[in-house]
Amino acid sequence: MRVHFTVNGRPQEADDVWEGESLLYVLRERMGLPGSKNACEQGECGSCTVRLDGVPVCACLVAAGQAEGRDVVTVEGLADFAKQRAEHGSCATGASGGSGVSGACGSGQGTSGTSGTSLQDAQHWRAEGTDSQTGEGTGLAPIQQAFIDAGAVQCGFCTPGLLVAADELLERNDSPSDADIREALSGNLCRCTGYETILDAVRLAAARQGEVV
Amino acid sequence: MDFLRPATWEEALAVKAEHPTAVPIAGGTDVMVEINFDHRRPEYLVDLNRISELQDWHVGEKTVQLGASVPYSRIMEELRAELPGLALASHTVASPQIRNRGGVGGNLGTASPAGDAHPALLAADCEVEVESQARGSRLIPIDAFFTGVKRNALEADELIKSVHIKKAEGPQQFSKVGTRNAMVIAVCAFGIALHPETRTVRTGIGSAAPTPIRAKAAEEFLNAALEEGGFWDNGKIITPSIAKRFAELCSGAANPIDDVRGTASYRRHAVGVMARRTLGWTWESYRGKSRGTEGVA
Amino acid sequence: MARIMARTTAQSPAGAPTDVTQGSRTKGGVGESTLRPDGTLKVTGEFAYSSDMWHEDMLWGQILRSTVAHAEIVSIDTAEALTVPGVHAVLTHEDLPAARNYGMEFQDTPVLAYGKVRHHGEPVALVAADHPETARRAAAKIKVEYRELPLITDEASATAPDAVLVHEHRADHHAAHVPHPNIVHRQPIIRGNATEAAQRADVIVKGEYTFGMQDQAFLGPESGLAVPAEDGGVDLYVATQWLHSDLQQIAPCLGLPEEKVRMTMAGVGGAFGGREDISMQILASVLALRTGKPVKMVYNRYESFFGHVHRHPAKLSYEHGATRDGKLTHMKCKIVLDGGAYMSSTPSVVGNASSLSVGPYVVDDVEIEAIGLYSNNPPCGAMRGFGAVQACFAYEAQMDKLAAELDMDPVEFRQKNAMEQGTLMPTGQRVDSPAPVAELLRRVKARPLPPEREWESSEGVDVRALPGGLSNTTHGEGVVRGIGYAVGIKNVGFSEGFDDYSTARIRMEVINGEPVATVHTAAAEVGQGGVTIHAQIARTELGVQQVTIAPADTQVGSAGSTSAGRQTYMTGGAIKNSCGIVREKVLEIGRRKFGSYHPAWASAELLLEGGKIVTDGGEVLATLAEVLENEAVEVEQEWRHRPTQPFDLVTGQGDGHVQYSFAAHRAVVEVDTELGLVKVIELACAQDVGKAVNPLSVIGQIQGGTTQGLGVAVMEEIIVDPKTAKVKNPSFTDYLLPTILDTPTIPVDYLELADPNAPYGVRGIGEAPTLSSTPAVLAAIRNATGLELNRTPVRPEHLTGT
Repeated sequence: MRVHFTVNGRPQEADDVWEGESLLYVLRERMGLPGSKNACEQGECGSCTVRLDGVPVCACLVAAGQAEGRDVVTVEGLADFAKQRAEHGSCATGASGGSGVSGACGSGQGTSGTSGTSLQDAQHWRAEGTDSQTGEGTGLAPIQQAFIDAGAVQCGFCTPGLLVAADELLERNDSPSDADIREALSGNLCRCTGYETILDAVRLAAARQGEVV
Repeated sequence: MDFLRPATWEEALAVKAEHPTAVPIAGGTDVMVEINFDHRRPEYLVDLNRISELQDWHVGEKTVQLGASVPYSRIMEELRAELPGLALASHTVASPQIRNRGGVGGNLGTASPAGDAHPALLAADCEVEVESQARGSRLIPIDAFFTGVKRNALEADELIKSVHIKKAEGPQQFSKVGTRNAMVIAVCAFGIALHPETRTVRTGIGSAAPTPIRAKAAEEFLNAALEEGGFWDNGKIITPSIAKRFAELCSGAANPIDDVRGTASYRRHAVGVMARRTLGWTWESYRGKSRGTEGVA
Repeated sequence: MARIMARTTAQSPAGAPTDVTQGSRTKGGVGESTLRPDGTLKVTGEFAYSSDMWHEDMLWGQILRSTVAHAEIVSIDTAEALTVPGVHAVLTHEDLPAARNYGMEFQDTPVLAYGKVRHHGEPVALVAADHPETARRAAAKIKVEYRELPLITDEASATAPDAVLVHEHRADHHAAHVPHPNIVHRQPIIRGNATEAAQRADVIVKGEYTFGMQDQAFLGPESGLAVPAEDGGVDLYVATQWLHSDLQQIAPCLGLPEEKVRMTMAGVGGAFGGREDISMQILASVLALRTGKPVKMVYNRYESFFGHVHRHPAKLSYEHGATRDGKLTHMKCKIVLDGGAYMSSTPSVVGNASSLSVGPYVVDDVEIEAIGLYSNNPPCGAMRGFGAVQACFAYEAQMDKLAAELDMDPVEFRQKNAMEQGTLMPTGQRVDSPAPVAELLRRVKARPLPPEREWESSEGVDVRALPGGLSNTTHGEGVVRGIGYAVGIKNVGFSEGFDDYSTARIRMEVINGEPVATVHTAAAEVGQGGVTIHAQIARTELGVQQVTIAPADTQVGSAGSTSAGRQTYMTGGAIKNSCGIVREKVLEIGRRKFGSYHPAWASAELLLEGGKIVTDGGEVLATLAEVLENEAVEVEQEWRHRPTQPFDLVTGQGDGHVQYSFAAHRAVVEVDTELGLVKVIELACAQDVGKAVNPLSVIGQIQGGTTQGLGVAVMEEIIVDPKTAKVKNPSFTDYLLPTILDTPTIPVDYLELADPNAPYGVRGIGEAPTLSSTPAVLAAIRNATGLELNRTPVRPEHLTGT
């Protein structure tokens, strides 16, 4: 079957999709967006968390056909999404499965069309021009920068899902308590960090958000 | 496999009439796991996400008509007053991401003995509204809904439309044991609802029998004991012996198995503990004396 | 060339200690909490993990795995599978091009089963198809007929007189000395006379302990891409802990010379030992070579539970004696580790379990025996803590029992018997660097306790802070607090005479007027932050700001495995060493060019700092740009730690280990004693790290290791049905990892007592915290419940007697 939906503000289309494919598979293998991760594919780890019409969901449990016509934000578009939110005010659609956010939230992230990460790209990844120390010139979302600064990234496989979930928490609660953070992130497993630095990162992002406002 | 996307409820019923083996998918939190892990290859998947009325609810005078696809996150946030037991149960479902997708319709459709909504629905009392193109809609009392392990009273051409749940007229509680502090499938679960208008108490037990069940003997015992002691009127503390007997009878109602998540004897034991505790919490709340003891949910 | 650019400009936020080391005036050097060079890629989703690989025209590989644990393969029929449209190949062992077995220590593991299958989930056949679903449907059409064989599931069935042999014709290096062919390896240690010493004991404590099978549960599944090359070779992009060990095993199975198997490290989504053995590497390559197309393989989570070795489950019998004044007299123990169907690293795990079975204590008279079994259970091998974890769980339980028996404080009792620098191990090896065991215990004990009843507030009860959490099982009823302590000892690096080395290629050149160092090693970055510290070391040694970390591949010499807590020591040491040679060469060039201009060039102490050559007095002689101009200096050098010796097969004596690492924990738990549910409130750790090359990473390792120990204390276990030897819970629904709501605050207190033998004084840090965390939690639960609890993980039924 063919599916169309918007990813990070950009219309996407995939052909010859097997009906049993998940949104996660289509993002990763057909749309060149492997940032959402395939750790458990049973909704138990949160590594594939994306925003579906604004709502954080496990992309592995959304059938590709269910995303038809809807709006998806992945980690690849998180920086733009956060930037637009900061510029245009909140664009959360709340926990509603209703109409999608359109235009105002998230756009512009170019993708490589209808493929996965090419080997070429995979081999040539580099952080040139993106300084981990300062984030200078990188345009990261505050939560992304906080994860780097707090040491919340080790192997990084859980990171994309945690970022999407944590960003959504800070969108609806700008000064979460530790218990709030723990509850909001209780659907995201991390095997490397013991979560302490992840808590640090969310606190740091919240504090920086508070300073800006 | 075919992926069917009915735009309306009527279309969905037509699809189900034409393809009785078609598997409805709403939140996808059960169906997609089965597909991803190659446990199930349905001929047809029927996506119910586009049917907006399944996402709605209506609060009536006596009941809440809860659309089958209202996500758990909305139940726990927006229906705490009307459906406190179900709201508590909703809060124990898996993770925030899953609660944003899954709803009671899917739980009932899967009819797993471990479904988190079931004990709360049994305790609150409700009717499941199902519909077919051929015969229209009918209401199945929750007590008659679960017919076997992962089996329910639905006909092949029927879909679950909503659940008509009695609005809470008294305190309700829900408790679930898992070996993790979040994101865990029930080892066993217990729901309780006080119904002061009828002076009855209803219960629900999850994951401790082939189907979700009520502890009917325990309810009968407790109803009689409360009546006899005039507890509904005098608001006295339930005596430890009554609570103990109630817990034992709840425990006795369980018919669990040993499995990878827990032993049968632990489940029986835990059901008793939860029954005693949740009875205490609801009764204290009924007596209006312990605002501090309701769990944050 | 693919590379990560690592540039450091800012001071770290974590306020790292600033020891004076050479080049310390160069920012971002050793001792600073510089941030990960791959951090930005990882937070933007651009970092390419092994499962993210993609290639035009690629096929998907799928494995058919055995449905039974032990059986003869009567027949395999692939005919129907081959007819599925979109299928490009269906292979069995008959189609393998060359060697049929692989293995790290001994090649006993079939690439695809032939003759028989020895465990549930063993690969039997392979499919390549144009879509994963096509491959799955085809695999389901392969018909395998099995004739089931009796099962070996424990020591009794393994060594019974008529026991069927898991491996009929053993030819490995341990076959000759083991008491039974179903025993992989046996390592006794006899020192002093335990039986005689027992006479001096006022109290004797015995215990039988069980340690469940833990899974590494790295989140990035086994995956990768094999691309057939025009020269008949293969380019392989995989996530592994040790490229060169993989290569040595892969090439013979493909019938290719090693130079035709070019391996590049893809992004690794965690490892923890589980990627030390081969998973899909050979299988994807075989399919790629057969079909002439690139082949991608990605295990799903179910398959991942069958796709790698696990931590050895163990049965441990211990006897300790002590005098009334609290001195240990002797220890006897027998440790049985179940290695499962294939050898993997079981012999080394046995060596560790045996040699570390006393723990960090002084005991002169010991009688120790550790064995590893062959069985039809899932194969077990490397996991963080590697043989020391199981022993620590048992000896720490024994310490608490002894202290209770003697009516002594459990920490004081441990301190009284704690080893220190100079202590002799039961192997006769002298501990020749700091061993601050008593001090680590003192530090965790001295820490203030977390406040009680934190779940209560004026707003009511917050169930998230209680056992059961969101499941709303208690509002305080039945909740009892407990406190427990444990300390452990772990070896660092490869032991028992293994030729353990790492290789670093360092290149220094001037690019756009800036001196740049390139560090090229084959060391696997599995999340630990190797790439961060490699750059730090190069900065410190070479005085440059800009360091490029080249991707790990087999175009450079072996770095050894990212395991055994060894990479900072070994590859860090190799980089330091190679940098030192580069520095000398640079100085030589400088002397040649400028030596006549300034007498200081002839003096001995010249340093590279801040891109300049300076005297030890701080006088600048030249910039690196002036010295190097268009010249590049490049060095590739192997570097070794001091040699070790094998343990004697009868007495267990020998200087078998390189270095020891110590950590202590205090666990504070709250237990719902009626429901048997546990909430760990705090898990404080004190550890000697030798030298914190990157304090932020050090703390991350300690907290992560601690949490894995917590997991196996209260929830993590692969459950194998003893009747069928089948895995009952291969999913994240039923194999539970701690969530953020299960994980407490983990305050870390680290000491930096340099090991004089190690580069910068570092001590391997990743493993020790995994050891003591588990027994500390168990001790705290015992303290809360009064129960004996001789197995881990502890389950609600154990705490409620149901």
